[in-house]
Amino acid sequence: MTHIKTISGAKLKASAIKGGCGECQTSCQSACKTSCTVANQKCENLKKDKE
Amino acid sequence: MIHKYTQNGIYIVLDIHSGAVHVVDKIIYDLLDYLTPPLSETIPQQALTALEEEYPSDLLKESYGEIYALYQDGLLFTPDEHFTVRTDIDSPIKAMCLHIAHDCNLRCDYCFASTGDFGGGRMKMPFEVGKAAIDFLLEKSANRRNLEVDFFGGEPLMNFEVVKQIVEYARSREKEFGKNFRFTITTNGVLLDEPKMEYINREMSNVVLSLDGRKEVNDRVRHRVDRMGSYDQIVPHFQKFVQMREGDYYVRGTFTKYNLDFCEDVLHLASLGFDQISVEPVVADPGEPYAITEEDVPRIQEEYEKLATVLWERKKAGKAFNFFHFMIDLEQGPCAIKRLRGCGAGNEYVAITPDGDIYPCHQFVGDAQFCMGSVLTGELNKELKHTFATANVYNKKDCPECWARFYCSGGCNANNHKYAKDIFTPHKVSCELERKRVECAIFLKVMERLQEE
Repeated sequence: MTHIKTISGAKLKASAIKGGCGECQTSCQSACKTSCTVANQKCENLKKDKE
Repeated sequence: MIHKYTQNGIYIVLDIHSGAVHVVDKIIYDLLDYLTPPLSETIPQQALTALEEEYPSDLLKESYGEIYALYQDGLLFTPDEHFTVRTDIDSPIKAMCLHIAHDCNLRCDYCFASTGDFGGGRMKMPFEVGKAAIDFLLEKSANRRNLEVDFFGGEPLMNFEVVKQIVEYARSREKEFGKNFRFTITTNGVLLDEPKMEYINREMSNVVLSLDGRKEVNDRVRHRVDRMGSYDQIVPHFQKFVQMREGDYYVRGTFTKYNLDFCEDVLHLASLGFDQISVEPVVADPGEPYAITEEDVPRIQEEYEKLATVLWERKKAGKAFNFFHFMIDLEQGPCAIKRLRGCGAGNEYVAITPDGDIYPCHQFVGDAQFCMGSVLTGELNKELKHTFATANVYNKKDCPECWARFYCSGGCNANNHKYAKDIFTPHKVSCELERKRVECAIFLKVMERLQEE
């Protein structure tokens, strides 16, 4: 492609398949306490890569 | 749905439902204005007609070919998957904000906790309440392994012996229950002496250090009890602590209408030697003189953009620091399910007052209609918990049409309630600022990637 450079691919749908384990950090505990910032949280699902 | 924007001459396109991020040239950027899914194999005549004076038709057709290829690969104009929020099962509670002291040794003008006591009188949490809270968390966390406990206030260092007792008690039960406790603490630094620094370094996975930035900015709103500014007393404590610190920390400031040039405060904090920085908009009644109101939004958006540019310049010069609201993980970030509901307040996350009452989060404390129960009796209002569990980006007002919903997850429910008296109605000013922050965060990721290549 000469007109488009893809920086990050389609991650959302695949992430839902084994998602929702609930082990990741509660976003408000990390620093904010007065706002909501979720997209910088790390996934902590230890099983997703093993199955 | 797509979202496109330009920043510092870079054309960026987000495909909202796949999560893909693209950098495009001007012709693609312009073409996208004339395309609506479903796309056909050939370029729509409407697009050709609209752009034929600006670009040769062969170039338009070639460019459209690239757009169509991404469309077929599920990377552009991807339809909404309508991810499902499960509310038929009761989510475990896995995170707790312990209000270890409803008392404070500062008197900050904008304090949402009414200078520390949350409107309910000054009080410290007895160990028995903290112990009951840990027992409650162990019981309600079901199969969740990672449990978070934040020591909050007021000022938690005013009741530090109880903090230590609670940590010791929780650690004593970790193995038996197969849990991993992560403790965090939020402090104004007044009482942060060396023994406390050593203890916090050993036991706390993250520490939030409250400081607003430049001395005159900090001291205008963050007063000591004697009305003197707090900057001179606190900064040396934080600098010493950060030098000793091995784990995570944030120096966290609040900006208000008084310092809409908050980029200067972020840079001031960096100049003090701090490299993990969060500076966030004040939450306040619109009538307060320091409150951020709709008229301030363009100025703040401009300031965020300026900060992103400065951060990028510093990164290139090897002098980077982290700004919390510009951190984004495009590769290993939270799953789609997490992104539907955000912080989990009132559902997976609760706040506990010094006398054991349970609230959806620290910002609801003191509002009796949101008291969910007590850790002393074990009583929990499941109906209220369910209400919070159901709040997500598909049923909140405006979120279904917003391109940023999978990045912000529907905003802060406490802010929503504060401004609209409804957790399902996002606060417009907060939304506009969050959208700008997401754009800046993605811009910085894009610049990093372009430089790598």
